[in-house]
Amino acid sequence: MEEFTEEIIPERAPDQPEMTPEPQPETPEEQESIADKVRIISPTRLVLKRFFRSKLSIVGLCMFLFLLLFSFIGPLFVPWQETEVDYSGKLTSTIVSVDAEVNGEKFTVYMIEEYEGTINAHADPFTYSNDGENSRLHIFGTDENGRDTFVRLMYGGRMSMLLSFLVVVIYTVIGVILGGLAGYFGKWVDMVIMRIVDILNCIPSLPILLIVGAILDGVGINQSIRIYYMLGFLALLSWTGIARLVRGQILFLREQEYIVAAEALGMSPMRKIFHHLVPNVMPQLIVSMTLGLGSIILYEATLSFLGLGVPLEMASWGQMVQRATQNTEILSYYTMEWLPAGIMIVLAVLSFNFIGDGLRDALDPKMKR
Amino acid sequence: MVKYIIKRVLYSALILLVVSMLLYLLIRCLPIDYVENKFLAQVNAGTITPEELYRIKSLYGLEDSSFVGICRGYWKWLTAVFRGDLGTSFLYNLPVTEVISEHMWISFGIALAAFILQYVIAIPLGIKAATHQYGVVDYTTTVLAMIGISFPSFFIAILLIKVFSIDLGWFPMQGIQDANFAGTPLELFGNQLWHIILPMLAITIVSIGGLMRHTRTNTLEVLNQDYIRTARAKGLSERTVIYKHVFRNTMVPIVTMMAGVIPSLFGGMMILEQVFALPGIGQIAYQALRQGDIPFIMGYNMFIAVLTVIGTLLSDITYMIVDPRIKISK
Repeated sequence: MEEFTEEIIPERAPDQPEMTPEPQPETPEEQESIADKVRIISPTRLVLKRFFRSKLSIVGLCMFLFLLLFSFIGPLFVPWQETEVDYSGKLTSTIVSVDAEVNGEKFTVYMIEEYEGTINAHADPFTYSNDGENSRLHIFGTDENGRDTFVRLMYGGRMSMLLSFLVVVIYTVIGVILGGLAGYFGKWVDMVIMRIVDILNCIPSLPILLIVGAILDGVGINQSIRIYYMLGFLALLSWTGIARLVRGQILFLREQEYIVAAEALGMSPMRKIFHHLVPNVMPQLIVSMTLGLGSIILYEATLSFLGLGVPLEMASWGQMVQRATQNTEILSYYTMEWLPAGIMIVLAVLSFNFIGDGLRDALDPKMKR
Repeated sequence: MVKYIIKRVLYSALILLVVSMLLYLLIRCLPIDYVENKFLAQVNAGTITPEELYRIKSLYGLEDSSFVGICRGYWKWLTAVFRGDLGTSFLYNLPVTEVISEHMWISFGIALAAFILQYVIAIPLGIKAATHQYGVVDYTTTVLAMIGISFPSFFIAILLIKVFSIDLGWFPMQGIQDANFAGTPLELFGNQLWHIILPMLAITIVSIGGLMRHTRTNTLEVLNQDYIRTARAKGLSERTVIYKHVFRNTMVPIVTMMAGVIPSLFGGMMILEQVFALPGIGQIAYQALRQGDIPFIMGYNMFIAVLTVIGTLLSDITYMIVDPRIKISK
């Protein structure tokens, strides 16, 4: 199939002006020499070339690779575990103030109490655990439960990335199938599918996810797998964009000559849709999947923020930020416990947005630059 | 045109009906039973008999949780809605419509302010970026717009609170007005305005990028049109070309986009209102969701659904009015 769809495009150096047409060669030898001069590259190479020409897409790709390495390889190099609590203890002090009135004069008595805590909570960045010989470094310190913030960032990233990939793949598959059917068959199939799309577009997704979360809790689903169900539900709600895109493209492509040819060859509708039509929608699909990854990461973070994500002892970026809203002390004094998590979310979403944008420009045949 | 609009309205009504069915079915599956929780103590003490509890529940059509019971409850809800009655909220002890209309305006005020700010900043910048494509302005706005889109709303809210209210102390952290504020209505308004600046900024930051990118893309498209070349060939100054010919045509899709933001204008921002502790509709709905206030959840979700339908309808219609080239296809 590839031989048919790949066009061969002669390359022109991007920064040079158009080549002046050379005089017609008179002898066959000269003709060959011109053919040698012109390098032929495939559309894939061309797209890659255009993608890497944009600085933003390279930045996005680097950010993505960094996050990938950070969250999947990173935990190997950190001496802490995701749910491991630093029990090495810490000297903690609390200040208690008591107002007293003696002979009409007002006093405030401050009492400083120092005590040895059992866990090393709220450790400062770049400090070591207090267990002498085998003390280990807390790069970003610890949270209020004495767990290492840095390693939890990594595990949170793992969760976020895996889940968002999963969700995007699921809803893209649903969207391609339903959009393909709607666009190809038209008539009542189109009618039914597009009305479902309209209905789903009207349903506010965040309230619905909150309801689904409560229902799942009521049914007694284990907290650690609840997030999978929730995101599965999110996938069921979010395929509509893809379906519309695929349908629109197929409505356009259906009228093209090569589909008429496929018809004349007596191909089955399934083969026509999934072998001839869908591959031609691929460019737009890839772009919208990349951008979708970012928005699903945002969704996952929001769900964790609302306490509907992974269980509390497991790490997730959204939940790390959420603790700052619960506790003003954390918000004001322990910036390193929530700021990096928020930055990670932004970086992840940003990298997908940059890559998606770069891909869109690279795949657009109308783009000149 | 009129025929098309009538057809669309009828379709929308059908869609809303199906949406309400799905929502009701889902909401009735909620494991939280507000009525039972509320009267649990009285039932245990014996002051309310189970029969009375059953009667209270049947008042709302909630007595039977089997499928048939849910259908009957839905029918009760639907017939009441046609009489203009969305029921009474358990949590707030007021008619749902009243609760919505009371708290809607807080959300609306903040969203409207953010919306205006967004348009005022985004459109000139978007056009500037497009006319100086691949220039410094273009790259900066693109990068900034992308960063803005990538922020989760709660994170930007927390950052703003941390920087502007905790560290700098310029703005209050939470709430819509000072707890025990006393003053003239004008002072009260000023006080409230001071409170909503941070939420407004948060909304603007997360949503300005989309609008800016949209303006840029549209302007680029318009700039490639033949009539712009003609305008330039006529010898018009670049100013006239940009501000008269390009600007007006760029506005076509942007005006239609305005109708599409209706749900976000009135519907409230669940997350932001939580973080900033604003008594807007989003916050109210979140509390209701958490406590299983069935009439209110139903009313609120339908409110959003209706807004969405109206938004899409209006944006399609304005698109046809603004751009006479659009033809209705069967």
